Amino acid sequence: MTVSHSERQQATTRALAEHGAAPGALLPVLHAIQDALGYIPDDALDSIAAHLNLSRADVHGVISFYHDFKHAPPARRVLRLCRAEACQSMGGAALEAALRQRLGLGPDENVSGDGIALEAAYCFGACACAPNAMLDGELHGRLDLETLEALARGVAEVEP
Amino acid sequence: MSVITVYVPGDAGALAVGAEAVAKAIIREAQARGVAIKLVRNGSRGMYWLEPLVEVEVAGRRHAYGPVRARDVASLFEANFHNAAKHPLALGATDALDWLRNQERLTFQRVGVTDPLSLDDYLAHDGFAGLRAALAMAPTDIIKAVTDSGLRGRGGAAFPAGIKWKTVAEAAGTHKYIVCNADEGDSGTFADRMLMEGDPLMLIEGMSIAALAVGASHGYVYIRSEYPHAERAMRTAIEVATAGGYLGADILGSGRAFTLEVRRGAGAYICGEETSLLESIEGKRGQIRFKPPLPAHKGLFGQPTVVNNVLTLATVPVILAKGAQFYGEYGRGRSRGTQPFQLAGNVKHGGLIEKAFGLTLAELIFDWGGGSASGRAVRTAQVGGPLGAYLPPAHFDTPLDYESFTARKAMLGHGGVVVFDDSVDMAVMARFAMEFCAVESCGKCTPCRIGSVRGRELIEHIMAGREVARNLATLRELCDTMISASLCALGGMAPFPVLSALEHFPDDFVRAGRDAA
Repeated sequence: MTVSHSERQQATTRALAEHGAAPGALLPVLHAIQDALGYIPDDALDSIAAHLNLSRADVHGVISFYHDFKHAPPARRVLRLCRAEACQSMGGAALEAALRQRLGLGPDENVSGDGIALEAAYCFGACACAPNAMLDGELHGRLDLETLEALARGVAEVEP
Repeated sequence: MSVITVYVPGDAGALAVGAEAVAKAIIREAQARGVAIKLVRNGSRGMYWLEPLVEVEVAGRRHAYGPVRARDVASLFEANFHNAAKHPLALGATDALDWLRNQERLTFQRVGVTDPLSLDDYLAHDGFAGLRAALAMAPTDIIKAVTDSGLRGRGGAAFPAGIKWKTVAEAAGTHKYIVCNADEGDSGTFADRMLMEGDPLMLIEGMSIAALAVGASHGYVYIRSEYPHAERAMRTAIEVATAGGYLGADILGSGRAFTLEVRRGAGAYICGEETSLLESIEGKRGQIRFKPPLPAHKGLFGQPTVVNNVLTLATVPVILAKGAQFYGEYGRGRSRGTQPFQLAGNVKHGGLIEKAFGLTLAELIFDWGGGSASGRAVRTAQVGGPLGAYLPPAHFDTPLDYESFTARKAMLGHGGVVVFDDSVDMAVMARFAMEFCAVESCGKCTPCRIGSVRGRELIEHIMAGREVARNLATLRELCDTMISASLCALGGMAPFPVLSALEHFPDDFVRAGRDAA
């Protein structure tokens, strides 16, 4: 997904107008931009910093601290697999390994050739329905390999 | 023709296993068959192995069916389920189910029962009785009620809530804040999420009472980004409460003002630590602060701040509505009241069990949980999240209260229990504890930032059979350093799961070495 310069500018301006005046506005501003564009473009940093009376380094420091904020457009599909204990107790690690194999991902690769990104997550709070994953913001529980692969590839309407 | 009320949870856990498709199928079937229904998206009853759990209300009584898949819906209508008829998925009257009947639900009294975002439904179920009582009381009396109830912080630290509130009430500041810590990052815990999705008005009521008690005029609910459903529910509930006059410039005509806003986290476990959370609301990196000063003295934007967990704040309305004595009569020793326990992982019947403190871990795992989901022997349970100890079956007789767990070098924490069967490799789990700490460390102090990385390396050496005795000794020393010298609980407690694995399951570490050799 490419985002044009004017789209980037518009999203930043809107986020600052909506959230810029709140005390401690930086996180709400960053979320608003990422909700609109899928990431925080580098060229937004100067206007954010100027508007909030921060240095560019302050803004960069916050973006890089939090796992959620991305500095590049996301992959076509983002599958966040839970790696926390409850999901591990239900075979989460083996499931991830098997999925990586099906998607042809090497040990240090996180995005498949057809644009499916695997990301680690630590708990979605559905621990009694483990293992869990979130696909593009939708939570899925009691996963097995077939369902997970279908989800990742977007090939099937999945009903557990 | 009378309208039939059908309940399909809108809870994230239920949605994860198909509740949305079930709700859509019910609407479709009802229309096709000309059956008039009113569909309510309630919270979850907490019986997750039965989710999606569909309920139908007939003659004032609710009947449960579950777990329902979308493809079961036609047969449910065929069997006349909307008149509570028999069906292979029928579970009987909801209030007669043992799982619910045997609980002591105070904090969770309305979760799964009401329409979470209906003010009328909330009021019809004793909602805002606590706030009304508080409005007629002096702030010191509100604090006294909370203190007398024995309520301790449910986020894990178990600090007496009344004492924290008293400190904030007496502290000098131009503003005071109520901050709700809804950054429920521990694996195996989901009670905060369920409550925010299933009864968000109760949390708002609790925060308003806290505001009256300490003289705060504004509050924040800091919700982790992994909980989008809870965030939506809280945002809507704040609008509903404000429109109803329960929040705003003049709460119920009392002349008291309290406003509330939601802030979204951004994927940082450390922001569940209260000072990191405050930094994050202030728009900074979620790095922890030195204490003192305590947040109660200098918290958000340098002002006196109450920081409490969701469950702590959501329990306050019951205490005010029914009295400190009523609440304090539940429980055991210095652990007063009830705790919403969360049972998860490799367990047959996982979910939410609110009981007075004092039932044992074995009762929870076997009587309530029915043993492992896999059918294999239960080998261990981790209690209190990723910083909690792994307990062996020999310790399953431990009563679930704060002191009993401390006595066993474990912690009750937020009341989450994750069950593992005998296929678990405890060296792997110990390595994970260090790995998780390394990923989530805020980086401020060396024992946590570097110690977790070195800890992981040491466990890998041990697993590979390299200089096992020497590396085990170094690992223990490292754990000791992290416990003694870390600034907060992340680095200070990440060694607990590691040390408990070493103590109770030493063979896993040696075996790992033997396999490699």
